[in-house]
Amino acid sequence: MADMKQNVTTDNTPPSGAGGLGIIRYGAGNIFSLTAALERLGIAYGMVHSEADFEQFDRFIIPGVGHAGAAMNKLTQSGLVNKIKTLQKPTLGICVGMQLLTAHSEEGDAEMLNIFPIQTKKFTDSAEYKVPHTGWNRVNQEIANPLFANIPNGSHFYFVHSYFIEFNPAYTLASTDYSTKFSASIWKDNFYAVQFHPEKSGKYGEQLLTNFSNI
Amino acid sequence: MLSKRIIPCLDVKDGRTVKGINFVDLRDAGDPVELAWNYSQQGADELVFLDITATHERRKTMVELVKSVARQINIPFTIGGGINEIADADALLNAGADKISINSAAVRNPALIDELAKAFGVQFVIVAVDTRRLGEQNLVHLNGGRIATEKDTFEWILEAERRGAGEILLTSMDHDGTKGGFDNVFLKKVNDAVHIPVIASGGAGSVQHFVDVFEKTNVDAALAASVFHYGEILIPDLKAILSRHQIEVRQIFN
Repeated sequence: MADMKQNVTTDNTPPSGAGGLGIIRYGAGNIFSLTAALERLGIAYGMVHSEADFEQFDRFIIPGVGHAGAAMNKLTQSGLVNKIKTLQKPTLGICVGMQLLTAHSEEGDAEMLNIFPIQTKKFTDSAEYKVPHTGWNRVNQEIANPLFANIPNGSHFYFVHSYFIEFNPAYTLASTDYSTKFSASIWKDNFYAVQFHPEKSGKYGEQLLTNFSNI
Repeated sequence: MLSKRIIPCLDVKDGRTVKGINFVDLRDAGDPVELAWNYSQQGADELVFLDITATHERRKTMVELVKSVARQINIPFTIGGGINEIADADALLNAGADKISINSAAVRNPALIDELAKAFGVQFVIVAVDTRRLGEQNLVHLNGGRIATEKDTFEWILEAERRGAGEILLTSMDHDGTKGGFDNVFLKKVNDAVHIPVIASGGAGSVQHFVDVFEKTNVDAALAASVFHYGEILIPDLKAILSRHQIEVRQIFN
């Protein structure tokens, strides 16, 4: 019990954003668990609602849960698409926030941001491989990268998703096997993404968030 | 390979855990957050909080608890008990719950499953089913197994899956509390019939029972309460033995 942190901020008010991490808000998904993890880790963060907000931060997270096509519609309506595409600072997509970075998703047959020219596809449902892919699965690092620093190869992370991003040796930073080998994490220039939920993936998930805050 | 999940279940009343907590190093055995943190450190893969509060203040109490858990705990958790409508689920999701579990409310109003799945996605909705054997049939029971219905359990689970359940938490009332092992025959029948994850519950008394339920039924997860709360089974030991049986589990090395 000695290590359990007490007195974590209760009102969820972000610290001032200077030099911190900006969470891109576009109306898709709950971020309580993500901000709670950042607070536990002592990572300063704030919210990005408009183009002007981007200036306050030195890195960004694109969160997202639910339907990828619907999330892309919301992102389009937010007016932030062009800004995101031209970002030069480290940017991490999580779950559906990762799928938004691909070219196209079979979920809602939707065109996505096309930062990564690869596809988001639906898992084939079977008795052996149930969909959604729910639970802890091994993440195998394909390329050495600071995002996975101090995380043993093959560590388990927590996944909940019915659609996956295809494996592509040019972009796949880490892979996972579930009926097929898919991208658990992708990387291109300043853009990083993970399909699993680091904020729910125990100490290695927290390590990944810390690693991203240091990239 | 996807790991088999080990899930301790905590009964919560008025924001406090109520039974069977016997850890030596706890400052406050009634504090669900401290207990949850302890389990997460031991390597529990997920937690279920079952709210047995009967007061009008329940939703507010539960939302506060969920927020406290989400602030401290770095593994997924589910909230069950007293969720009757979209607004209940919405409040819990916004407070940081990963999933909600519905039981009696779904039996009384099956369309609730469709509504929740549509509003939040199937991965958010666990349908909990309490079953008891009567002759050749397994029938759905309500209120912790006390009230019998005429619903056939197997058919009800198939209906719940069609309506959008993302997971089934199946508790055998005949096995629950006996410490004689899980109901492997019925669990296998259910697990073979659905394409969504199945959580086995009811009857865990020894490590071998967990080995058996995974080997004989291939369910995705096993849930237990007292064997964990009283320290009869320690999660690291359980996982080490499952691993020796070539059952894929997430190991924690501190």
